[in-house]
Amino acid sequence: MRTRCIPLVVTAALLLGAASPAMASVQALQDRIYDVTGVDAAGFVETRIGTRTDRDQDEKRESIEEARIQLDLGRDFGWALARLKTDFVADGVGEVVSTELREANLQFSPLAWMDVKAGRQILTWGTGDLLFINDMFPKDWESFFIGRDDENLKAPSDAVKASVFSDALNLDFVWTPVMEGSVYIDGSRISYYNSVLGRLAGRDYVFADDERNQFVRDSEFALRASKIVSGVELAMYGYYGFWKTPEGLEFIPLPTLFYPRLAEWGASARGQFGGGIVNVEAGYYDSLEDSSGADPFVRNSEIRFLAGFERELARNFTGGFQYYLEWMQDYSAYEANMPAGMPARDEYRHLLTMRLTKMLLQQNLRLSIFCYYSPSDHDYYFRPKANYKVNDQWTVEGGVNIFGGRDDYTFWGQFEDNTNVYLSARYGF
Amino acid sequence: MRKFFVLTAMFFLFSPFTAAAGMSADEVVHRANLVSYYGGDDGKALAKMTITDAQGRKRIREFVILRRDEKDGGDQNFYIYFKRPSDVRKMVFMVHKHVKGDDDRWLYLAKLDLVKRIAASDKRTSFVGSNFFYEDVSGRGEGEDTHKIAKEDDKYYVIDNIPKDPAAVEFVSYRVWIRKKDFMPKKAEYTDKQGRIYRVVEALEIKDIQGIPTVTRSRVKDLNSGGQTVSEFKDIRYNIGLKNSIFTERYLRRPPREARR
Repeated sequence: MRTRCIPLVVTAALLLGAASPAMASVQALQDRIYDVTGVDAAGFVETRIGTRTDRDQDEKRESIEEARIQLDLGRDFGWALARLKTDFVADGVGEVVSTELREANLQFSPLAWMDVKAGRQILTWGTGDLLFINDMFPKDWESFFIGRDDENLKAPSDAVKASVFSDALNLDFVWTPVMEGSVYIDGSRISYYNSVLGRLAGRDYVFADDERNQFVRDSEFALRASKIVSGVELAMYGYYGFWKTPEGLEFIPLPTLFYPRLAEWGASARGQFGGGIVNVEAGYYDSLEDSSGADPFVRNSEIRFLAGFERELARNFTGGFQYYLEWMQDYSAYEANMPAGMPARDEYRHLLTMRLTKMLLQQNLRLSIFCYYSPSDHDYYFRPKANYKVNDQWTVEGGVNIFGGRDDYTFWGQFEDNTNVYLSARYGF
Repeated sequence: MRKFFVLTAMFFLFSPFTAAAGMSADEVVHRANLVSYYGGDDGKALAKMTITDAQGRKRIREFVILRRDEKDGGDQNFYIYFKRPSDVRKMVFMVHKHVKGDDDRWLYLAKLDLVKRIAASDKRTSFVGSNFFYEDVSGRGEGEDTHKIAKEDDKYYVIDNIPKDPAAVEFVSYRVWIRKKDFMPKKAEYTDKQGRIYRVVEALEIKDIQGIPTVTRSRVKDLNSGGQTVSEFKDIRYNIGLKNSIFTERYLRRPPREARR
């Protein structure tokens, strides 16, 4: 059977299954599994389809076409919590059937004031809403842009996290022995601006990257110190590792992307103000392989900053607004060394975001939109979405990913041809 | 002399009841608040909410609720760990309730490993899609309304409550029936601008648990939409020695033993 048919077959099976009495006994089965083995089992079956709204000569018409089964198993051993979460995916666009291990970890407390989580896990910290400054953990941007569930934006890390708690300060330390990069836009599924070709490219030019895969030598270290002072959450962060997307380009023997070394440190604060939540975060990205900023093929050091405010605007209607800045350091060195003809970035990249969420029908229907808009790059990315909980098991979702901009080489503008619409149905158990 | 002592002892023993005859509305509300939200120094319960809409369709929410008081009638902490349905499984809702000032509230979304801070302003919105409000779960500040005894019989105080900040709430007033014998609120009726009763909260079953009167079944009826939610509480235990550290980010990411099965 062709892989592309699988999502359709699963959809048909889902619809038939929904009508069958077998589904009603899933909960009884879960209880039975728990009673006999102590394993807490849950998961979902989902099908998701989507298409580009414009013809993109570089990519397939279909943006997403997949069936996904997630099994989430947990067991409480008393001394530790074990977790195993796996996605089985039939991807009609990539034409592959694969297994994605999202979590496989043990969580335990070796000391009363210490927690350890070891193994594959989802990690995140920081205060931004869909903007990440001090969160140096891997993201899956491709999933985000083609309309997979939000859960998929957070990519797993194989890491050890140790946390120490005290009244004075809480410390979290994460060691990732082999660097985990983000899933970035390489052309295989979403077209992008290729700086080597000087034009948009897609499947005709899928970038290769020089993977960081040396145990220990390619380690990442992340640290956070946090404390709540009269209701205000304060944190300081440090990171030593690599740019999470390949921000370096080398030409010998062939044009290849690589992950330059990066050190980062920053701070954040979050608290209540004006009937809502205010957050402020900043970070300094020290690009260690281009400290003078003179190498046009390695991203310069940057200062990043964000400030946000979120509050209820009316009953069941909330709004969130953020301002975000990327300030390139050593800009004159960057400009002076730019190859002729390559479009230069601005010294300051300003970005505004807005999130509006309206809950209707006793919170079963959620209408939301998240917008990114850059007044300096003149580009945008809008994410309207509707999510309806048919009942406690079934959820249907539909949304659009709208990209656009004045130029085809800016961050969002380059994805203009990838504007897509998607629909999904999920049975959770 | 001996008789005098007996009389004095009896007076003190029964003072809450005898003195009740002359109690002010504020005192009654204060006592009712203590009985409803401050039983024991801490407590745990397994809650099951059944939400029924006007068409009779049912949805279930199951969660464990942990509570610890800083002091009776003072600040308290809540930790709510969701078990069902699957889309909210392992989600945690945590409140640091402050008698003075806004509450601090967090939501932990397990599948994103995200600790989200939520604004305290929207207290009168639906609690996880039920007909209960967030405020019904953690309690409404006594000082947010003015209280008046509307009537009184041998069983109930009937108190009328008018919000001091009408713009912050959806009701114009509400009337509460409070049992005289233990100050447990039995029923509350909310009235809208048109003077209609549109929302009724009722304690359907009150049991004695470890000597503490406890609501084990309650119901909210939304007369506008025709929907209702019934909450049932099981495995209720008081004074289990919950540590204050449970109500921190550490335990959002790693649910404490008390919240797991």
